[in-house]
Amino acid sequence: MIAGHLSKRTWLHRAPAGAKLIALAVLTVGFFAVERPAYLLAGLGATLLVYAALGREALARLALLRALMPIFAILGALQFVASGAEQAVATVARMALMILLADLVAMTTPMLAMMDALAPLFAPFRRFGVDGQRIALAFALVIRFVPVLLEDWRRRDEAWRARTGARRASFRLLAPWVASLPALADRVAESLDARGMGRR
Amino acid sequence: METRDIVRAALFAALIGALGLVPRFDLPLAAGVPITAQTLGVMLAGLLLGARVGAISVALFLFVVACGAPLLAGGRGGLGVFAGPTAGYLVGWVFGAAATGWAMRVCPFRSVFARAVLASILGGVLVVYLFGITWLSWAANLTFERALLAGVLFLPGDLLKAVAAAFVAQAHARTAPTPLKGRA
Repeated sequence: MIAGHLSKRTWLHRAPAGAKLIALAVLTVGFFAVERPAYLLAGLGATLLVYAALGREALARLALLRALMPIFAILGALQFVASGAEQAVATVARMALMILLADLVAMTTPMLAMMDALAPLFAPFRRFGVDGQRIALAFALVIRFVPVLLEDWRRRDEAWRARTGARRASFRLLAPWVASLPALADRVAESLDARGMGRR
Repeated sequence: METRDIVRAALFAALIGALGLVPRFDLPLAAGVPITAQTLGVMLAGLLLGARVGAISVALFLFVVACGAPLLAGGRGGLGVFAGPTAGYLVGWVFGAAATGWAMRVCPFRSVFARAVLASILGGVLVVYLFGITWLSWAANLTFERALLAGVLFLPGDLLKAVAAAFVAQAHARTAPTPLKGRA
């Protein structure tokens, strides 16, 4: 699976994940208070400079923003009608800035480091039987089962098209695909328990 | 929490991810309207797993996404999605799944299909929209009414997804070898 994170190690990779997350939180809250479009555009420019400093691979990630353009356009237009050009620029610039800053952290922090850094957020839930090991197990299961489910879907889709001559998948495939999940989950749980997962 | 619940939560989280990656499929009523199916997964988690495990499942999915897995529709992932204008919808999914599971349990109708449609609309549409539109109006500095206008564009698709989720819940109720806690 392709992670959202840059394969080449950069200077920002070396900063600890916790520090990057805290800096991100401070900057995000800070920029929410900024109203002047000029400052927001300056922040946006500075962020783009950091992207440039990280190299070409990082700059290529900016293309991912294209998916958000329709939303920016709609929100910018609404804001323009409601309160003028200045507000519209400020709103769109602020949103782009938030996303780029957060992506910067995501790009330079490997998934496991991010997981470790975010784990303390779960401490309040320990009372409900949520602990680090179980989260790690569940995390690994999610990553592992996405391709398994996709493969299952692909096989059902192929069979459907071979037997009906239809060109596109039908929603009829959805029910058997999803309905088989709880049973699959129970079999996986049984094998985990059989290997000592339930005993602690 | 039993192993069974953890695995069910994890597999439905994987389902939500897979629904963002499957090639689009046609819903008969929608006549070609493209539908990103991930909210369908949120409704299904609530319907089939119940409020508690369903909500945990969605929260787990968002955690995996926040750690950088590109599992949101269109291959998006990472912390950036929680900074974007649509972040409220994502957070709303957790509460939406819980509300769906709760409504499925307390709704008095006999028909699984009717209960599932109502529960999905309440949890997967109303609750999710409440969070999504509130966040949108705050993040984009719009009045609530204007944000509502932008959000309502997705309403027809989401109502269709509630019906699709109900079909799945009904099919599951008829074929499941063991009953689920969510009483689907």
